Amino acid sequence: MTMRVSLKRLNRAALAGLLSLSAVTAAPSAFGATAEEEKGFEIAARSDRSDRGFGDSRVGLTMTLHNAAGAQSKRTLQIRTLEIPSEDLGDKSLIIFDSPRDIDGTALLSHAKILDPDDQWLFLPALKRIKRISSVNKSGPFVGSEFAFEDFTALELMKYSYKYLREEPCGEFMCDVVERYPRYEYSGYTRQVSWVDQEVFQVRKVEFYDRRDDLLKTLALKNYRLYKDKYWRALELSMTNHQTGKRTELIYDDYVFGAGLKSKDFVKGVLRRIK
Amino acid sequence: MAVIRTWTDRVAAGVADFVVRFRWLVILAAVIGTGLAATGMRHLEFANNYRVFFSGENPELLTFEKFQATYTKNDNIIFVLKPADGQILNPRFAQAQERLTAGAWKIPFAIRVDSLTNFQNSWADGDDLTVEDLVRDGVNLRQEELDRRKAIALAEPLLNGNLISPDADTAGVNVTLQYPGKSLTEVPEAVGYARQLAVDLRRDFPDLQIALSGISMLNNSFAESGQKDVMTLIPIMYGVLIVVMAVILRSFTGTFVTLLVIGFSTLTAMGLAGYAGVKLTPISVTAPTVILTLAIADSIHILISMLAVMREGRDKIFALKESLRINFLAVTVTSITTVIGFLALNFSDSPPFWHLGNITAAGIVAAWAYSLFFMPAVVSLLPMRVRARSAGAAPGLGSMERLANFVIARFRAILVGTGAVAAVLIAAIPTLELNDSWVEYFDHRVQFRNDAEFALENLSGLYPIEYSIEAAEPGGISEPEYLRNLDAFTGWLRAQPEVRHVFSYADIIKRLNKNLHADNPEWYRMPSQRDLAAQYLLLYELSLPYGLDMNDRVSIDKGATRVTATLDNISTVGVRAFNGRAVAWLNDNTPDYMHARPTSATVMFSHISERNIDGMLRGNLVAIVLIAGIMILSLRSLPLGALSLIPNAIPILMTFGVWALMVGQAGMAAAIVSATSLGIIVDNTVHFMTKYLRARRERGFDQADAIRYTFQTVGAAIAANAVILSFGFAVLAASTFKVNAEMGLLTALAILIALAVDFLLLPSLLLIGYDKEKGRSHDDARVSQAA
Repeated sequence: MTMRVSLKRLNRAALAGLLSLSAVTAAPSAFGATAEEEKGFEIAARSDRSDRGFGDSRVGLTMTLHNAAGAQSKRTLQIRTLEIPSEDLGDKSLIIFDSPRDIDGTALLSHAKILDPDDQWLFLPALKRIKRISSVNKSGPFVGSEFAFEDFTALELMKYSYKYLREEPCGEFMCDVVERYPRYEYSGYTRQVSWVDQEVFQVRKVEFYDRRDDLLKTLALKNYRLYKDKYWRALELSMTNHQTGKRTELIYDDYVFGAGLKSKDFVKGVLRRIK
Repeated sequence: MAVIRTWTDRVAAGVADFVVRFRWLVILAAVIGTGLAATGMRHLEFANNYRVFFSGENPELLTFEKFQATYTKNDNIIFVLKPADGQILNPRFAQAQERLTAGAWKIPFAIRVDSLTNFQNSWADGDDLTVEDLVRDGVNLRQEELDRRKAIALAEPLLNGNLISPDADTAGVNVTLQYPGKSLTEVPEAVGYARQLAVDLRRDFPDLQIALSGISMLNNSFAESGQKDVMTLIPIMYGVLIVVMAVILRSFTGTFVTLLVIGFSTLTAMGLAGYAGVKLTPISVTAPTVILTLAIADSIHILISMLAVMREGRDKIFALKESLRINFLAVTVTSITTVIGFLALNFSDSPPFWHLGNITAAGIVAAWAYSLFFMPAVVSLLPMRVRARSAGAAPGLGSMERLANFVIARFRAILVGTGAVAAVLIAAIPTLELNDSWVEYFDHRVQFRNDAEFALENLSGLYPIEYSIEAAEPGGISEPEYLRNLDAFTGWLRAQPEVRHVFSYADIIKRLNKNLHADNPEWYRMPSQRDLAAQYLLLYELSLPYGLDMNDRVSIDKGATRVTATLDNISTVGVRAFNGRAVAWLNDNTPDYMHARPTSATVMFSHISERNIDGMLRGNLVAIVLIAGIMILSLRSLPLGALSLIPNAIPILMTFGVWALMVGQAGMAAAIVSATSLGIIVDNTVHFMTKYLRARRERGFDQADAIRYTFQTVGAAIAANAVILSFGFAVLAASTFKVNAEMGLLTALAILIALAVDFLLLPSLLLIGYDKEKGRSHDDARVSQAA
């Protein structure tokens, strides 16, 4: 048992090394990745490409937390996203909290990185100051929910290495099942298994495995809607933690694309003027 | 009497004839029946959760379950690390702790690992807030840098006294586990993995002492202790049994068949327990020992009578039938009373006692059936020789007569004397202190006891008391009033002498306030605005890594926070006193909505004895009424049946008195001993009074002669029986589990005191009104009218 696990880890480390090299050339096949790895990467890349060029978006959403005792709690927030075309850089995002009242106007600016800690700034209206958050932590729960920040922001292709597992039906679709391994050193996950449909190439379900390689959480993505005939967005995300029995739901309002957001809307200085 | 005797005699004789005629059939039926029942034993498994000690309705358990559903289950394993040179934070041991922290994440069912090294230290540099591990890659840090981190740890109220000892020579790695609760192998799996981590770490750091404590280790110990007991107690019991049988019966066949009866009874009872889905606990695994002790009595009565008849020159089969006829009623009545006593355990609040009571009751019924049917059938097939007994060797016959004469001569003095002794002992009962300490439930043969004491001596307390301090509304934990009161309560807790550590959200929010004011120590205080506190918390939550979130400290609607006070090694009396003071403080000093009730496993155990006593008071009452009814029926005398309550009840009260004076405190066992020992000691009263009445009614003896007759006929058997039973229960003192040891010793004591009461007080009571000169008294009318 221990043997098997450690072998698998070795494999994974080798694979991560391989793919970080291949990221430079953006052609994994050139370095002799296995057929499964190549196919897994291709499926993820196709999914990623289907979203390319959206430019910017803004959306409001309601986050509902449920604990094991059946209690629930809601937060509402807005997310503005600016696409960064380069695959070696993450997107920029701005999260503005509307409720509960105590955190109304609190705003988080994030410049995502692929293999480094994200740059993050938080504006605290009560303190009237902007604080830069320096932390290597990406997988921690976002405002007490079952989502980590990285779980519900845009998927970055290069954050993972991949391996194709199989195809199987998923609801009304046929899905490719792809395993992906975080390349970020401080990730809380050993691996994720994602179900990507073969029709419009969107992620339908993701399973997250913890450091022990036990199933930790399952993310279900539902109610996909097509914007501008090209960009698919799931309007219902539901994350269930299998170990604690807690659950978080995200219900999105309508997305707005092409709102004219620019790079200058995603700099530290705008945080004060956001509301 | 004649009617009943004829009736019972006829049944008994019928049984005896049947058994001898169809002996092969009876043996076959017994073997098949036992075999079928015994297959249930494959379902028997050891429970490994302290929660099995609490019924589903236990109010403390319900409070705790609700608390855990709001925050996190707090099953844990804590690694206590103490280097030989006392330098817990040098590059080597920093590496050891980091390695253990990383390794501990791999423990099955671990959901959180807290250590000195992964503590999320927050600090400010201007408007930059950094949240990071207190020590990362410590092996490459210089000692001065590590000393600086150590100073931070010691200044941090969340760490000092929790994961680092105040003298900085011991550290802890605490693993929180969330079991799916689907299988009994979960706890041993996690514990096994944790122990392997400790073994691996010891190999590379031989100068590091490592102990494993925590709730999961405790839970695992229940199974380990039970298994140890099975391995030791049962062999001891069988050893004792064989010696006793050899001495009393002096017959190989007799010893052999008694072993068969006991073995079959135990297999049947344990098999049925398996089919009933009982989970074994250290308490319910004493059932075989108890069944063994009680089952001997049935066999011995039958075999002794049989051997006595054979000594009169009768053949084996005749002696067998005659013995069955004589003993059928007595064995049946004493079995029923004992069964009632054990079934009364169902009034307890702790399921392990229900199991013990029900398994034992099933075992007694099985022993009754096997003794009356199976055993005679086997005996009828085996050779049985009687040795002529030399005249002087009749055990206790002469001494019994002397004892009878002594009682008859001095019965008034005995009444006064025993009355006075009983009064003194009963008066001492209120000084008996109820104390249940889960660590001290186990003796030092169980590793957990040693490790828990090591943890207690070197690192922190063992007994967490949890409070879920509610705010006025969702989000209300950021209200300045709430935070002020939370801080005051935290401070009050820390000032209490029995508190070793307090984990409170108050410390986190004060640290954040300081961090967000450029680490200015003047700002180490509560924020004065609600929105500010809420935004601090948001900021902090955004910075925490996977597994180290605030979900286990703050409710999801930010309407309550959790305060954990870890207490020193104090008695449950001390725990209750502390809880009383804490609740009173909250009531006097905080708004209504903050009036939290303490909860935790510790709190549950601190009430377990009272809960059990409450339940068992009713159980005892039912048992006493039923047993008195049986006494009245079998004696066929209301006044004497009522009189029997005195020799039945007084020994138990005196036992508690003796215990109060000699030991001073008792745990859960105290609650159940009265019911079980009542069912056992009543047997001797039955034997004594039945013989006494037979002498009065059938032979027309006066009170004194009837007493003499009684002592001569059953005195020795009663004494032998009491000695066997008290030996049997005293064997439980060798249990690794204190509840069993106490139960065994208390029961043994009760049986011996009951023997003294039956030999001194009971005859004296029966002699009341007896006049030596006249030789008769008005009491005769009372006795003979019933005849």
